[in-house]
Formats: sequence, C-alpha cells, structure tokens
Amino acid sequence: MAMRAIARPSQVGAVHETTLTEPTGLWSWITTVDHKRIGIMYLFLSIFYLFVGGIEASLLRVQLAKPSNSFVSADTFNQLFTMHGTTMIFLALMPMSAAFFNYLVPLMIGARDVAFPRLNAFSWWVLLFGSIVINLGWFTGGAPNAGWFSYANLTSSAFSPGHNVDWWVLGVQILGLSSLATSFNMIVTIINMRAPGMTLMRMPPFVWMTLITAVLIVMAFPALTVGVTFLMFDRFFSTNFFVPEAGGSPLLWQHLFWVFGHPEVYILILPAFGIVSEIVPVFSRKPLFGYSAVIFSGIAIAVLGFSVWAHHMFTVGMGPVPTSVFGLTTMLIALPTGVKIFNWTFTMWGGHLSLKSPMLFMIGMISMFIIGGLSGVMHASPPVDAQQQDSYFVVAHFHYVLFGGSLFGLMGAMYYWFPKMAGKMFHEGLAKAHFFFMFVGFNLVFMPMHWVGLEGMPRRIYTYDESTGWGGWNLFISLGLFVLVFGFILFTVNMLLSLATGEKAPADPWDSDTLEWSIPSPPPFYNFAHIPTVLTRVPLWTEKYPDVYGTGEHGQSTDAERMHNIYPVDEPAETGFHMPNASIYPLILAVGITIGFLGLLINPVVIVLGAAIAFIGVFGWILQPAVGDGTSHDEPVAAAPATRSAK
Amino acid sequence: MADHVLDHPTTTGLDNRKLGMWAFLASDCMFFGALIAGYMVSRNRSVVGPYPGDILNIPFTSLSSFVLLMSSLAMVLALSAIQRGKIHLFRVWVVTTALLGLIFLGGQIYEFTEFKHAGLGISTNLFGSSFFVLTGIHGTHVALGVIWLLSLFYGSFKKGLVTKSSSLNVEIAGLYWHFVDIVWIIIFTVVYLLPY
Repeated sequence: MAMRAIARPSQVGAVHETTLTEPTGLWSWITTVDHKRIGIMYLFLSIFYLFVGGIEASLLRVQLAKPSNSFVSADTFNQLFTMHGTTMIFLALMPMSAAFFNYLVPLMIGARDVAFPRLNAFSWWVLLFGSIVINLGWFTGGAPNAGWFSYANLTSSAFSPGHNVDWWVLGVQILGLSSLATSFNMIVTIINMRAPGMTLMRMPPFVWMTLITAVLIVMAFPALTVGVTFLMFDRFFSTNFFVPEAGGSPLLWQHLFWVFGHPEVYILILPAFGIVSEIVPVFSRKPLFGYSAVIFSGIAIAVLGFSVWAHHMFTVGMGPVPTSVFGLTTMLIALPTGVKIFNWTFTMWGGHLSLKSPMLFMIGMISMFIIGGLSGVMHASPPVDAQQQDSYFVVAHFHYVLFGGSLFGLMGAMYYWFPKMAGKMFHEGLAKAHFFFMFVGFNLVFMPMHWVGLEGMPRRIYTYDESTGWGGWNLFISLGLFVLVFGFILFTVNMLLSLATGEKAPADPWDSDTLEWSIPSPPPFYNFAHIPTVLTRVPLWTEKYPDVYGTGEHGQSTDAERMHNIYPVDEPAETGFHMPNASIYPLILAVGITIGFLGLLINPVVIVLGAAIAFIGVFGWILQPAVGDGTSHDEPVAAAPATRSAK
Repeated sequence: MADHVLDHPTTTGLDNRKLGMWAFLASDCMFFGALIAGYMVSRNRSVVGPYPGDILNIPFTSLSSFVLLMSSLAMVLALSAIQRGKIHLFRVWVVTTALLGLIFLGGQIYEFTEFKHAGLGISTNLFGSSFFVLTGIHGTHVALGVIWLLSLFYGSFKKGLVTKSSSLNVEIAGLYWHFVDIVWIIIFTVVYLLPY
C-alpha cells in the first residue's frame, strides 16, 4: 500500500495552505459560479422556505384545532393551504434536493465543478426571483388560493377574478425554468464529467438518483409548462382552453398537470432514496446490498412513473379500461420501490450499526416511507380510492411519503454532510433530540389524519361542525404539531450553535466510502488538487481498507503502473487547471426574465424592458470567457509535486 | 460560450454543450408534444366559427413550409462551410438560413393578419385559441433561431468566435434549427393537413 489511489486528506491539506484564498465578500457570492457556494445558497433558501411553509401549516392547524373556529377566514385558509403545498414542493423540498445535487455531485464524481457553472448560478437566481413572485400575492391583496394543483376551471378568470392565481401562474413558470436549467446541468455533468475510472456502475447511488431525477424533470416539467401556458393565455389573453362553454376541456388541465405531477412525486423522493443509499452503508459498515438492484429499480420507478398519472383522477370517470390500466401500473410501481426497501434493510442486516443521528434519520425515513407506501398501494385500487379521494386519508398518505420520506432523508443528509459543508461538527446530542421530537411529533400529527380521513373528513375545509365528531382528533393533531415544531427549533439551534462554535471537522468524520470525504472539510474551491482515479464503487474504502475492498488487481500491478494510473504522465502535473470565471450575467438574465413575466401583470412595455435586459444578459454571457486563463490559479500546480511525492 | 471547465476530455468524448443541447431538445420535444396534444384535444370542439375549414389557406402555408424546410438545407451548407474553414461561404449560407426563416415568419404574420380580418382572434373560439398559441409558440422558436443565426453571422466578423475550430458553435445552433423545422412538419400535418 505504498501508493494511494486518492490523495489523502493530509496531503491535500498541504496544497490547501499554499493555495490562493478564494475570493470573499458579498460581490463574490453574487457573481459566484462555484457549485459549492451555489449549493449552500440553495440550502439556505430551502430552509427559509421550509420554515415559511411550516408557519403556513401551523396556521392551518390552529384554525382546525376546534370545530367552527374563526381564527382565519375561509379565503385566508384557501391561500394558506395553497401556498403551504406550493411552497413545500417547489421552494423547500426541490431546492433542498438541488442543494445536495449541486454541492455533492461534482465532489462525488471527482470533478472541479458542474458542466455549466454559470447556468448553475442562473438556476439559483431564477429560483430566488420565482419564489418571490409566487409569494408577492401575500402583499398585494391575496396569495394564490386554488390549491397547489390549481384545477381548471376554478382558476378561470370567471371564478378566480383577483390576481391570486396570476401570481401562481407567473411564479410556477419562472420556477420551472430553474428546475429545467439545473437538470440539464446535472445530466451533462454526470454523463460527461466523471473522474477516470468512474464508470456508470461505479457511480455513488446518490449520483445515480440525481441523474434519474434530472431526467424526470426534463421530461415531466414541459407538461406543466404547457398547462400553465394555456392557463396563462386563458387568464391574460381570454383564450378558451379551459372554458367549457366554448368547448374547452377542464380535464385537459388535470391530465397535463398530473403528467407532470406524478413524476414530480418521484422527483421529490428519489433524491432521498439516493441519500439513504449513501448513509445506510456508511453507518452499517457494509457496502450497499444489491447496488445494481437499487439503481435499476430507480430507473424502473422513473419509467413507470410516467404511466401512473391518471390515478390522481380515478373519480373523474375515465371509464373502466383506463381506470383499470392506471390502477395496475400503480400497483406495479410498488415493486421497484419495495426492492429498495429490502436493499436498505439487508444492508443493515448483519452490519455493525452505528446509530448516529444521520443513521437515525435514515431508519426513520425507511420506516415512515413504508407506511406512506402502503397507504399508496391502497389508493391504487380505484374503488378504494373513490372512498378516500380528497379526504384526510390522502393528506396523511402524501405526508408520510413527502415528509416521512423526503424530508427525513434530507434532514439526515443535512447532518451527514454538515461537517463537509461547514467544516465544523454539529452537536450530536441535540441532533438526536431533534430526531426524537421530529419522529414523535410527525407521527402525532399525521397518523391520526388517517383516522379522521376514514371517518370522512375532507381536505381543504376551513372548518367543520362539532356534530361530525372530528374535533377530538383535530385537537390532538394540532397539539402534536408543537412537538414537531420543537424538533425544528432544536435543529435551528443546533445548526447556528455548530456554525458558531462547533469543533473543526476532520476530512472524513464518518469513515465514509465516497470521494467527497477524501478532501478537506470544507473543500478547497478547486475541490481536488488532483483528479482521483476510481477503481471501485467504494473508492475511499478501497483506499483505506484494501484488504477488504481492494480491486483484486492489488499486488499484480507495479507501483509505477499504479502511479501512472493515478497521475497519468501524458497529463503533466494538473496543467494549471482553469476554474470558471465569476459572472454577473446569470443574475442579469434572471432579472430580465422575471421582469418580462411580471410585465404580463403590469404593462406590455415592461415585457419589452425585461426582454431587453435578458438580451443583455445572454450576450454578455456569451461574450464573456467562461474559464480563466489559468494564470491566477497556478499555485496549486506549484504545490502539486509535493503531493505526488507524499506517501 | 464555452461554459465548461476544459481541464479534461469529457467522459463520453462529446462536448458538454452539445450534450446539453440534446438534453434541452429532449425537453423541448416533451414541450411540443404536450402542446400538440393540447391542440388535438381542442380540435373540432369550437362552438362558434370561423372554423378551420373556412379559413385555412393550405396552398399558401405549404409554400411557407417549403421555405422553412429549405432553410434546413442552407443550415447544413453553412455548417459544412465553416467546418471546411470557408468563412465567406459560411456567411452566405447562414444569412440565407436566417432570411428563409424570416420569410417563414413573414408568412406567419401575413396569415395571422388575414385571420384577424376574417374574424378569427385568439379569444374568438377554441380553434383560434389553440391555433394561435401553438403556431405562435413555434414562431417564437423560429424567431429566436433567427436571432441566434444572425448573431453567428455577426460573430464571424469578430476574431475567433466563429472559426473552423469553433464550428461547434454553428453545429449546436444547427441542432436547434433542424429541430424547430421538424416540429413544424408535425404541426403543419396536424393543423393543416388532417381533415377537420
């Protein structure tokens, strides 16, 4: 073991100290194209909106705590549940997943950045502006109030005369651009930017799930864009797409929405699947059980995910054949999902489990997702679904998969990668307490929703009569929310405290198996002093435990050959690698697009203004060199020989 | 526009921008697919006139479709010219492509105005709504393509922007341009040729 497949943290540390410091200050963050900084910006924005969505949910629960309550009006209630759903899906869960895509994918595949760094910055700015636009209604007379899936023709001008739905339309259009841009970037990055030796079937499962999610977004979001475009024309230009009197079909909206909406469910859960597949092996001290099965079932979920959308529409009366087909495909998709559950369970089976906080969140995720998955299979049966449609049972179901599944996964990821991102350790006791309160609180809130749902309580009612008998459980749910909220307070305290006073994190605090742990915490801005060569699915374990996770060729190749493999001589000394230039144009383009869309509400002149700004953004972008000339980043090169000779 | 870190050859050997363009086109396929599906759902469901049979001028649009398809030929020749380093020939063909695109757009504007005179606006009936939105969004794609091509023409006078070694800039624009043309074939078939 004279030679290392990957530069050890200690070696890279030597490079780090001699390196130019990366630019600091507000302007450097505004113009940044560094995937790690953008990932952190995504994370902050998504946590902010997680709290906004949480506050909206809390207000809903206060209103429902007792029968015939008048804490908020019916209209405010409509706005709150619409924005709770929209915020959690588009502004909390998706950006939080995108935060980890951005931060981790280049590190995990051994790249210095994503394929299109400026497009990455653009994605974040568009997300920021889109999130502001969609929330502007709160300050201008009424937020969107037609539900997160905004069914036609409730959204027609005739039935939603205010600007409420306009904000939703414009916001969703802008947010869609952000998701699409991120996905193009991730697809190209993952396919094209892998370190030598990292074949597709050696990629970490999180990278695989990112790729699958990105493909889903690329294929599914256009349907939403088209639906919202039709709605936009209906509202702003009096077209007739969803106007039944003129022959338009409100059902078209439902199809377009759910052709997007069901893959969206997998867009939200697959990143969490990837996270579980990373964290469970590390804390079980075993490689992922059935790696290929996890990957292929992920692909199967993505493919089948496009054939199940109409199970959201069983009660519209599509006729027996489509209803049966969609019922069957929905049951079928439970199979690959179940495969993954078994994989994670068998990864833990016989492992040396270490129940640190990230692992607790993973176990919580798996168990809660099973409950949500089982109630999901129930809905696959059309007669059962007809009973449960639009009841609290459905609310319980999708919170078990999206909160119990996605958010538990993402929270675990937050702890697992916190040392890498922040360079500080967090407080393990607080983290465990967070898990405990979140897990208990989550079940106190959402488990009884199954029961009130089966008792017939519909979704989206702003109040109910005492005679229904739902008051007891609703009070219970609303009180349970305090436990949940306390968990998130602990989370916030832990994060702030750890950022301020946490002890310095080592490069590899969990003894992990993926490449991001081979470099210091936090990583230098150029990520890898030397692009690593990957020989197995668990490159860092191969490096640390060659006797267990060696390549089999160990001992057969000479040190010189291995050395050549690691630092190919035909690529002399990491040829003064060129990091991408900071750029202001992504921001300018995002501003232009946002102003252009807002022009629909204000004045056509504003649309022209927005287009002009976007035009400046595009041309500035094209004419600005993407990468530096290398002269400003030569120091790592100077330090490189020291790294090479280190043993 | 080389927006990538050029340290290492890519894993697949394909240029990042080219792969990115293909990913975008996949998405645009789904976009037009959903758009055309929306048109098909709305087809023959107008409750008031003018109906498509009263108003569509198939010979005229056939001609402008022919012009658009010929622009793809010019695009191929422009790419071939720049790949062989023949910058003057490239300028001729890229301007020809843009001009043919502009003629198509002119035809569309003429058609829209004629329809307006015949009493068909975007809110008149479902046919008007779906027709103007579908063909209008396609026209917007063509217009963006024309701006792109003219930018390449302009760039060919700037040092190093459009040269033999950077012919990929032209190739990527070509991918987009051909895609927009192919989509028109489907739209033309669905909107004009299928009997109502």
